[in-house]
Parts: sequence; structure tokens; C-alpha cells
Amino acid sequence: MFDELRDLYQEVILDHGKSPRNFRTLENATCLAHGNNPICGDMLVVYLTLDDDRRLADVAFQGQGCAISVASASMMTEILKGKTRDEAKRLYKGFHDMCTKDGFDVSELGDFDEDAIDRLKMLSGVREFPIRVKCATLAWHTMQAAVDGEENISTE
Amino acid sequence: MNKESTAVDLAQQAAAGDNFTAAYDIERIRADFPILKQKVYGKPLVYLDNGASAQKPRQVLDAMNEAYETYYSNVHRGVHWTSQTSTEAFEGSRKKVAAFLNAVSENEIIFTRGATEAINLVAASWGGANLNPGDEVILSHMEHHSNIVPWQILRQQKGIELKIVPIDDDGNFLFDEYQKMLSEKTKMVAVTHVSNALGTIVPVVDVIRLAHDKGALVLLDGCQAVPHMAVDVQALDADFYVFSGHKLYGPTAIGVLWGREDLLNAMPPYQSGGDMISSVTFEKTTFKKSPHRFEAGTPAITEAIGLGAAIDYVGAVGLGSISAHEQGVLQYASERLQAVEGLRIIGQAREKASIISFVIDGIHAHDLGTFVDRAGVAVRVGHHCAQPVMERYGIAATARASFGLYNTREEVDVLTDALIQAKEFFG
Repeated sequence: MFDELRDLYQEVILDHGKSPRNFRTLENATCLAHGNNPICGDMLVVYLTLDDDRRLADVAFQGQGCAISVASASMMTEILKGKTRDEAKRLYKGFHDMCTKDGFDVSELGDFDEDAIDRLKMLSGVREFPIRVKCATLAWHTMQAAVDGEENISTE
Repeated sequence: MNKESTAVDLAQQAAAGDNFTAAYDIERIRADFPILKQKVYGKPLVYLDNGASAQKPRQVLDAMNEAYETYYSNVHRGVHWTSQTSTEAFEGSRKKVAAFLNAVSENEIIFTRGATEAINLVAASWGGANLNPGDEVILSHMEHHSNIVPWQILRQQKGIELKIVPIDDDGNFLFDEYQKMLSEKTKMVAVTHVSNALGTIVPVVDVIRLAHDKGALVLLDGCQAVPHMAVDVQALDADFYVFSGHKLYGPTAIGVLWGREDLLNAMPPYQSGGDMISSVTFEKTTFKKSPHRFEAGTPAITEAIGLGAAIDYVGAVGLGSISAHEQGVLQYASERLQAVEGLRIIGQAREKASIISFVIDGIHAHDLGTFVDRAGVAVRVGHHCAQPVMERYGIAATARASFGLYNTREEVDVLTDALIQAKEFFG
């Protein structure tokens, strides 16, 4: 029973879930969005600072949720820091496909650093637990809303 | 029909005074529910999500199949044999529901799509016709969303006020606060009989008595009550009572609104169309009396028949026996779960039905749900469509084990062991 659960809850994910990184408000955020998953009551706020080159100079989040949604948010903040707005959106799309589609071709994201891709792969373990996909994608969905200037999003 | 001896047969023998000694033959009962033989992830299914929906005994499945295979047709319309037979079975179920609730007459039983539709019907029809700006409707803090939102919509439409009876930290309905809220302005008290999120049994007899003293009507949401205890609407002196079929071991898409006949016949139709009219011309339509006034269109025929079979089943096992059995399991679970470090039961009211909501320090309910699922255990996680309750306790979600007539102490052990493992896993 532990084997399949270990695929979902890898050590890195449990660690980020318990001790999320960049878990703070950004006083000088240029964009923020609220995300919530009405099924489980998870609520997140994602804060971004976009610099003049439209790069994500800083990314942070606050809120509450399950281990998967908190870990995903935490890892996302690390992955996205320094990426451009468009790169962030491409990563989200790639990650979403990884979580929902079989046989996703990771080489589509080949121009990104290996570490980022490895982390996305790890999180995409939710593919085997369809009901948990929304947990993993909530922060990303919220991030996209923030860069697009929408303030409130819901996974419903 | 399968002729082998079933729990129902045995319970009927017991009721008839036959030599029947086993107090509660759990193995026989479990054998009546085909799904309980199912394995999930190679482990026996431990189904503890009865509060969301209960499993169906073979007797219900057989009754529905028999209808489809031997006499199915539309009801109330045909002169042919199938229609007459279907109508008899459908109306026979209405009689069974009436007896189940001890209604005065089957004319007081309206079949709906579920409890949600039943509450919407009362709010829209009775509320729409009888409530005026400034009138007050009292709810409790423990209501399911289905007994909140219809009244909020009515508030928007009619300018009524909603008052909410608070609960204490254990989930007890605060009766003194309720008493203070009642006034001449109170027109309706719509409260749950048993809380789906906390298990609290609300002291509805006193709630009704005091409401009536002020001239207010009372609607009880009985979804979580009817599977666990005998309900007598006349003894309660209620005005409206609603429940859903699928939580009572019956099918989905069928629910019941019971109302006092005089109230129902004074209410305008909720939906309109065929089967609910006495006569239609383009100038004027006259409506049938209850229940047909409120059953526009072709009803859920086979589902109503299935509900009738579920009521027979529960009646044969006996709600007294079911209640005693479930209270034993509840008591056992309440003690056994203490073995899980950091587990806190949410809802410890003085009187509870067999529902346990809980949280575990440091583990989100959703992660718990996924973890125990892999041990074959089905529990509900989330806010249970009762977000105000979660807010009251300052939590986002709980895990909830809700026990039905087929659950056992061994299953409580499986849950407890899975939770202990979850605690180790998530640390």
C-alpha cells in the first residue's frame, strides 16, 4: 500500500508540504490572485513581483491546503523565480498536461533546467490519483491568473 | 427473487415472535449488500461514507430490476396492465413512506428528486406565498448548504431575515439562544434533525413546541436521521419533514417531502406541467390536491419503488435494532480512535447519531482520505457541504466516518490502523 502512496507523496513533496518555501506575503507584489478549491476548502494567495523585463523577480504564497497543494505551491515558487511571464505560463501548461495526459512528451519543455523538470515530474505523480490533480494545479492556476491580472479564481 | 433466507426474513420472523435469538445478525445483513464483497486495491471495501450515500441491499436492487423486467410503464396514465401495475407499485411506495414516518395520510407524501428539492419546494412554494418583508426564518449553525441557500434566495426575493442558532464547542444546539431568537416575527424554523458534519441530534421536540408557541412552522431536514432512528412526524408534531432515499439504502434521484395535508393543499404548485392538473384550458388551469399538485411530469417511478423496498428492508431489520447496533459501533469508534496520536473528534454533542468527524494534527483531511483509501477505507473528507460548521471550528476540512447498519467494530479497527499508519507516514 505504501508503494503507490510513495509515488504520490515523495519525500521532497512531504518536506515542501510541511515546510513550504516562500510562504509569506509580498508587500511589493505587482500581481496577486486568490485561488480556492471548493471541494476541499484549500485556499491560496499567490504573490508575484514582475520586473521591467517581465520576469518574475519574486514569487511567494500564503494559505492552507493539503500536502500536495502546499508542496506544489512551494515548489512552484522556487521553479518560477527568475522565469519570464511567458515561460511561467508555458511551464504551467506543460505541468498541467503532465498531470492529466498520458504520454506527455517532456522534451516540449526541453529548454528549461533539468531541476525544474524533475520537480514537475515528481508532482505529476497525481496523474494516478485523478481526484488530486486539482490539488497539484491550484497554485499554478492561481499564478496564471495573477500574471493575467485576474484576482479570484476557482478550480471549479 | 432469490429465495434464500435473508436478514429481512429473519428479522420478520423475529418480529413475528419466532424462535430467533441472535440479537443482530450482522453477517446476514452484510450478505444482503453485494458491494460489501468488493475489494478495492486488493483489500476488502470498508465503506464508512454512509452519510454521503449508503449502499443498497439486494432487496432494493431486485425490486427495481423486477419493475423494469416485468411491469414497468408510466404511472397514472395508461389503461393497460403495465401502467396499472406500475401505478400500484409507485403509490404502494408512497403508502410505505407514509407508514415509515407515521404520516396521517399518504396524501402528505410528495416524491421529490431528493431532500434538496424538497426544501427548495417548501421555500419557494410555502415561503413564496406566506412570507413578507421583515418575517424571520430560523436556521441552525449546523445546516447543510441545502437548508441554507434556498432560504437565502428567499431572503433576496422577499426581504425576510435569517437568524442562526449557534452551537457550542461540542456541537450542541444552543437551546437558550434559540429560545431568545423566537418572536412573533418568526414564521419558519428550518433545522436539521441530525447534523451531517457533527452527528449532533437536535432536540427537535422542544424546538417544535417552542416554535408552535409563537405560531411558527417547523421544517426538519431528516436526511441523517431516518437511517438511524425511528421518526414519527405526528409525535414530533412537525409541519414539514424531508429526507433523501439514497442515504436510506435506497436509490438516488428520489426523496421525500412530508407536510401536513392542510398546509400542502394551501400551497401553490412548485413546478407545473402534466400529472399535476385537474383540468387545463387556455383560459384557466385548476390544480390537483397534494401530493399530485407537487409532482409535475413523469416521476422517478422505479426509484420510488426502490425506496419502498429500502423502507421494507430497514423496517424488517428494525430501526430500534439498527440504532442500538450503530450506537455500539459509534461508542467503540469514539474510544478506539483515541489511539491515533493527535486525533481530535469534531462534534461531541450529548446525543449523536453514528457520525464521527475528526482532524489529525499536521495532516490535512484530503491527504488522510487518499491514504486510508489505499487501505480500502472510504471516508468523506472536506467541508461536508456545511462550510459554516467548519468556520465555527476554525478548520478547512474534516475527515468523517459515518456508520450504517452493516458496519462493524472490525471495520473501525481497519480505519484506526490506517490512521495510525498515516500518522507515521506523514510524520
